[in-house]
Amino acid sequence: MSPRLRWRKFVSGFMLTMTGVCALVAVSVLFLILGYLVVHGGASINWNFFTKLPVPVGETGGGMANAILGSAKVLLVASLLGVPIGFFGAIYLAEFSGGVIAFVVRYAADLLNGVPSIVIGIFAFALVVHPFKHFSTLAGGFALGLMMIPITLRSTEEFLRSVPNALREAAMALGASKWKTVATVIVPAAYRGILTAILLAFARVAGETAPLLFTALGNQFWSPGWTQPTASLPVMIYTYALAPYDDWHRQAWAAGLVLLGLILIINIVARAILSRGIAVPRS
Amino acid sequence: MHATVRPAVSVNIPPIATGAASREAAAALSMRMSLSKVNFFYGAKQTLFDVSLGIATNKVTSLIGPSGCGKSTLLRTLNRMHETVRGARLEGEILLDGQNILAQDVTAHRRRVGMVFQRPNPFPKSIFDNVAYGLRINGSKTPIAEAVEKSLHHAALWDEVKDHLHKSAYELSGGQQQRLCIARALAVEPEVLLLDEPCSALDPISTAKIEELLVQLKDLCTIAIVTHNMQQAARVSDFTAFLLIGQLIEFSPTPQLFTTPGDPRTEAYITGRFG
Repeated sequence: MSPRLRWRKFVSGFMLTMTGVCALVAVSVLFLILGYLVVHGGASINWNFFTKLPVPVGETGGGMANAILGSAKVLLVASLLGVPIGFFGAIYLAEFSGGVIAFVVRYAADLLNGVPSIVIGIFAFALVVHPFKHFSTLAGGFALGLMMIPITLRSTEEFLRSVPNALREAAMALGASKWKTVATVIVPAAYRGILTAILLAFARVAGETAPLLFTALGNQFWSPGWTQPTASLPVMIYTYALAPYDDWHRQAWAAGLVLLGLILIINIVARAILSRGIAVPRS
Repeated sequence: MHATVRPAVSVNIPPIATGAASREAAAALSMRMSLSKVNFFYGAKQTLFDVSLGIATNKVTSLIGPSGCGKSTLLRTLNRMHETVRGARLEGEILLDGQNILAQDVTAHRRRVGMVFQRPNPFPKSIFDNVAYGLRINGSKTPIAEAVEKSLHHAALWDEVKDHLHKSAYELSGGQQQRLCIARALAVEPEVLLLDEPCSALDPISTAKIEELLVQLKDLCTIAIVTHNMQQAARVSDFTAFLLIGQLIEFSPTPQLFTTPGDPRTEAYITGRFG
């Protein structure tokens, strides 16, 4: 074997190993986090965790029922705001607009996507919390909803664009108006992708902490209605992890595990949806 | 490539009439659609120049010519599909049953003038839902199941799909998908059916089936077909229009155009000297 060939074989082998190691590191991060959460928080997860309120320091037991319900309520408000705006905005972008308007909207959405979540939190504080003089579920939902808009919008747009033009032509040639074409052919053809996009946007904001600090604030008790400060899982993790009590640390780990479990479930559901129904073949 | 298979098509065209006799015969035909002085532009680029021709009722009219001659563009103007392209502009007059199509509501017009495209483009729905689509969006009063069966019969597809109407349309072969698209177009009972190179993505056997179908379908509606394939035009059509770089060079009864072309450019094209 000539030295030249030996060198090439070495480079090839080295690169193969390196890329393989990087791929392995990429997947192992997830499993490390998951393992860490299970080790530290697994023991604190029991029925009480899901049904009881937090207890004062020193008492054992107690749970984060208020934070779980609070997160659910905040995310409901966020979805009601973010999903329709993102979805219909995407339809406009993909199907009706062109030229300058599309460019501006798309660019603005990308910028909004890049705005740090803490800035979104301050903005929501100034817009919703300050005028009403109240931290609230609604304010938290508003902040997270703002974050959902660009994620939903851009990925929904991509899925709509991937529907072949031939289907648009087929529908229009049968006398369908533009809107009918979108509603009866394009959206159904892309619905699995759109649903996945929405679920991923949901999962993305479910773990956001910063925007909630100034808006939903936090609460050791139940938060009836929509206009009171509310506990939420991410903020609970934040407060409990910073506290100097071992018991709280364990609770924080458990909350992290629940949150991650929720996001994993959403991901799996999204994938399951993607693999069902009649798909448009790629050509 | 299609010439290798001889389709079971019998094209009954009366003996070639020339000169005054053929003009008389043409005058006796009623014209479902007529175009006069149609000019077409994509932005600044003009792709059709002063095209005037008639689409005879219950006949098959084919449009032939080399790539880029404007035959597909011409076909697409007939159901105003050109309007879906940004920057497209049409001048001139196109009549359907004596009425200017540009003055009609575009969706209503497209219900009367159906279209089948180059590549089969069924919706990602079941076979049944594909055919029913046009009826449903138009809020048709006719019972949908019957209409679907009728259209599938017309498209000579019923026997092949009757036992799995609720399967995905994508499970059909390419040729079956194209016939499904024909059935889908026929379901809304159009007066005119436009076909834009319907066989170019199909194998010879599927092509033969579709050609056979077209000849049967002309009792049902008026047909205009764009084809790349001169033999196909000769087999299925009653009239043939030859276009070259956006101009209508010759328009005559098919046998006449292929046997005694009136223009040297037509002759050059059909004898394969270019195109």
